[in-house]
Amino acid sequence: MHIEKEKLIEMYRTMVRIREFEERVSKEFAAGNIPGFVHIYTGEEAVATGVCANLRKDDYITSTHRGHGHLIAKGGRTDLMMAELYGRRTGYCRGKGGSMHIADTELGILGANGIVGGGINIAGGAALSAQMRGTNQAVVCFLGDGASNRGTFHEGVNMAACWNLPVVYVIENNLYAEKTRITDTARVTNLADRATAYGIPDVTVDGNDVTAVYEAIHEAISRARQGKGPTLVECKTYRWHGHFEGDRQTYKPKEEAEAWKKKDPVPAFRKKLIETGVFTQADAERIHQMIADEIENAVKFARESPLPAPEETLEDVYA
Amino acid sequence: MKELRYNQAISEALDEEMARDPSVFIMGEDIGEHWGGPFGQFHGLAEKYGTKRIRETPISETAILGGAIGAAATGLRPIAAMMFVDFLGVSGDELLNQLQMRYMFGGKIKLPLTIIAVTGAGAAAAAQHSKSLYGWLMNIQSLKIVAPATPYDAKGLLKTAIRDDNPVAFLTHKMLGGMKGQIPEEEYTIPLGQADTKREGKDVTVVALALMVHRALNAAKKLEEQGISIEVIDPRTVKPLDKETIIQSVKKTGRLVIMDEEPKTGSWAGEVAAIIAEEAFDYLDAPIKRVCAPDTPIPFSPVLEKFWMPSEEALIKAVLEIKKPKA
Repeated sequence: MHIEKEKLIEMYRTMVRIREFEERVSKEFAAGNIPGFVHIYTGEEAVATGVCANLRKDDYITSTHRGHGHLIAKGGRTDLMMAELYGRRTGYCRGKGGSMHIADTELGILGANGIVGGGINIAGGAALSAQMRGTNQAVVCFLGDGASNRGTFHEGVNMAACWNLPVVYVIENNLYAEKTRITDTARVTNLADRATAYGIPDVTVDGNDVTAVYEAIHEAISRARQGKGPTLVECKTYRWHGHFEGDRQTYKPKEEAEAWKKKDPVPAFRKKLIETGVFTQADAERIHQMIADEIENAVKFARESPLPAPEETLEDVYA
Repeated sequence: MKELRYNQAISEALDEEMARDPSVFIMGEDIGEHWGGPFGQFHGLAEKYGTKRIRETPISETAILGGAIGAAATGLRPIAAMMFVDFLGVSGDELLNQLQMRYMFGGKIKLPLTIIAVTGAGAAAAAQHSKSLYGWLMNIQSLKIVAPATPYDAKGLLKTAIRDDNPVAFLTHKMLGGMKGQIPEEEYTIPLGQADTKREGKDVTVVALALMVHRALNAAKKLEEQGISIEVIDPRTVKPLDKETIIQSVKKTGRLVIMDEEPKTGSWAGEVAAIIAEEAFDYLDAPIKRVCAPDTPIPFSPVLEKFWMPSEEALIKAVLEIKKPKA
């Protein structure tokens, strides 16, 4: 499938933006600058990027506890995200949500989610809304391998299938649900096989290959917009960091982590773009510099932003 | 005026709001043409509005409530028909966590959705189809709660609940479904957070909701024969609670009994008692009394269930403990 040059470059920029943001968040967290806890998306950039490159601004996504990558790929601003992680008033949620609840409804981002599998039915509802309003909008529901074991997965996918809702379920199978291997908690090798139980198509794709993800989702989104209902897409990938920052990851075999790091999606895509003449090494370096500056400014913005006034706690409960 | 039953008043409110606003729709189990809900509240709506707006779902409570949340966040005004309030436990995450989207997102979103569910004991429906859950639900922040006692209140409050831009749990009592009442021909709405004094009195204030309002009114008649004048206040909405009306009444009577169809521990009655103790203590001439159910699950056998439910007799006994009859 042909993908426009501009789109490929934009996808690369997004992958780098996610990587730089996440690695910086990891550092800021370790330095004690970010309260609470954070879940880092490094290693899975090709999924969010390949998926969201298919979406219009008015399409919706629901995200997960490991949501920063999804939000950035859907167009979320890194300065407002960083300010939220810092608990500042200028953050996406005015400091009320933090890492797990960042949302931007203008961009169709219906929130990261602190509950594993919590977004699945919300995605179905947004898809129902799009169908009833006749807007031709599509919805992507990101979920992890662990969430595919939730009851909400069964209820949500089944109902969306019954109603032909315009939603694509993207399972990011990074092999671990928190600290438990998916092979210990599921008997199927491909989680996408579960689609058969709902009478919908399934696709299993290399989640570290951004163009493969893009193509798989392209087909699924186009089915959704044509009123043909949901698709279940499994992207096989790997979580480089722990479940949370500070997780000692005693459960991961060293060789496994090393093998996956060799499949790093960012340099793999860069290599492919240089080899196919989409851009040069110098272009790639310019992108890295631009993103590095952006993330530096995001941190500066967060640090210089005011904290919320304590009594703002009482606002935003009711409309 | 016209006469309607409680459940008919609910149907009429749903009908009027669906006609008024095309973004209103209902999703739930068995609400369509073959049943219209287990109490008939949705009777006739599928025929009139079609299966797109009266959406029968699989038996999937998390998908119903989660779907309603997603639809509300994206421009529609859904009504989630949860059948029995007990079933809200099945969609616990949606109720507890996902409903708080507006706050978590720093006020950037509205969630105009109504949860309709049937509450209450008295039908030998046992522990999983008889709860009230006012106390449990009122601790969930971001959720408003309505519990009407009459057809008039049910219709006016449901219309307001549907128009509200926040999640509202609209709880109807199963033993009131057939109750008849006068409904105006013209349109009306009742604001949330406004109590109704169902009977004026001067000796003791009784605060009660839903079915308990009627038991309190019956008890009040009997107590009148003993020379005790009871004021019955029906808050109508558990949250927001019209505490001012209760405080004003207590200032007048100096005595308060709360009658609540829930196990006493963790009940809504406890919250009302605490508010009065905090804010109107100086006006009290006697201890606050709570007439609640015992701290047990709800039993099946009618003889056990009758024992479990707060009764007129129990209310009369509680009143007589704090107010002596006139000789």
